[in-house]
Amino acid sequence: MALAKRIIPCLDCENGRVVKGVKFLNIRDAGDPVEISKRYCDAGADEITFLDITASHEGRETTVDTVRAIASQVFIPLTVGGGIRTLEDIRTMLNAGADKVSINTAAVTNPEFVRQAAQRFGSQCIVVAIDAKKVSGLGEIDRWEIFTHGGRNATGIDVIEWVVRMVKYGAGEILLTSMDRDGTKIGFDLALNKAVSQAVQVPIIASGGVGNLQHLVDGVVEGEADAVLAASIFHFGEFSVDEAKKYMASQGIEVRL
Amino acid sequence: MNKVAVIDYGMGNLHSVAKAVEHVGRELEISTGEVTDVSVTADANIIAAADRVIFPGVGAIRDCMAEINRLNIGQIVEDAIKSKPVLAICVGMQALMQHSEENDGVKCLGFIEGDVRYFGDDHMDKNGHRLKVPHMGWNQVKQTAPHPLWKDIPDNSRFYFVHSYYVHAAGRKKVTGVTNYGVDLAATISDNKLFATQFHPEKSQTAGLTLLKNFLQWDGSTE
Repeated sequence: MALAKRIIPCLDCENGRVVKGVKFLNIRDAGDPVEISKRYCDAGADEITFLDITASHEGRETTVDTVRAIASQVFIPLTVGGGIRTLEDIRTMLNAGADKVSINTAAVTNPEFVRQAAQRFGSQCIVVAIDAKKVSGLGEIDRWEIFTHGGRNATGIDVIEWVVRMVKYGAGEILLTSMDRDGTKIGFDLALNKAVSQAVQVPIIASGGVGNLQHLVDGVVEGEADAVLAASIFHFGEFSVDEAKKYMASQGIEVRL
Repeated sequence: MNKVAVIDYGMGNLHSVAKAVEHVGRELEISTGEVTDVSVTADANIIAAADRVIFPGVGAIRDCMAEINRLNIGQIVEDAIKSKPVLAICVGMQALMQHSEENDGVKCLGFIEGDVRYFGDDHMDKNGHRLKVPHMGWNQVKQTAPHPLWKDIPDNSRFYFVHSYYVHAAGRKKVTGVTNYGVDLAATISDNKLFATQFHPEKSQTAGLTLLKNFLQWDGSTE
């Protein structure tokens, strides 16, 4: 009897449609988020993460409607991220039926926002999302830095120092994306994931780079992740969530079947 | 009409609970013809008139207890437990205990004997492997006593948990479900018309929805 490692399909959505880009470029349409969420849930997804990449204000209202529609049909935890900047944004998403929100850029711009959000809504619903990029050179000790704006802007902030601070401020979970790996299908940055997982007590969701089912196993076993997040391998039908879980179970990982 | 009141004392997200109950209510309507009506409310009259009551809760216990005390929710819950089926969820369950270690120690409602304890900063399993806190995700619940709310739910089914503090009940006979996370914790407690869960049935897919469906049909007896 043990806690299961979680598999979390991620829906990157723009204007109410699921999309997925390779390193945030070449965005491909992958379908209706409500329909896809239901399919994942039926296939045994442990949670759903919904990342909104819509820029316009009108589009944001579509997002709230989509979250509401997913939450009325999918009875597993739902995390919503993308453009969460104010306490009001959090309240809006929780009221629409999200269980957690993920905060990325706004945490970097104003770290106190994370503290306020955790105090107001509880740590259990505050996920801090981190886009990390390796900045150490060959032969140097591994070092990663926080990037924002889809990996374009360097911040100079060390990833390990940052997660420790975010957890101290009340983050209940860390969604860790390797910008070096995102969309590449060559696997998670395992060293990054392990370093972050060992630095803090809260669960870590590994993200960025999944191309096959062994990558999910590696993320848990070598990367010490508590949950693994993937988008494209599920969206385009390469693997089902059910296949992923069965494979993980066959490799000795505790999953919910 | 099956009237369900979800007690709203301003703590956290009650929409998930209400939506899940409405969902199973619609399923029951198809099979039984009875309509389920869900109100999210702090109104003592509406709660008193309900057929069954849900007492949820998320967030920190100090803030929860402050609101419970300010809105006289303790009395409302105590009255409800005497007369109709009540389901307490997560911090709602913890609030029923005598005391919680959270927030430097908080006095709780004391309806159930026992206390709420912290997993600890260096929490480990029996093999010495580090366990993350909060206990977040799907864990198995061993049904340690028969109960009408376990109907159609296989033993050791997984439910969704998210908590850093756990219930240690003094009266073991009230514990109807146990989960291990480094320690054996009370996953569910039952006491006459009260059933309490540490996990979130509203987020636990089939197993959780089945439990909610059982609650909507439960007459409050433990036979």
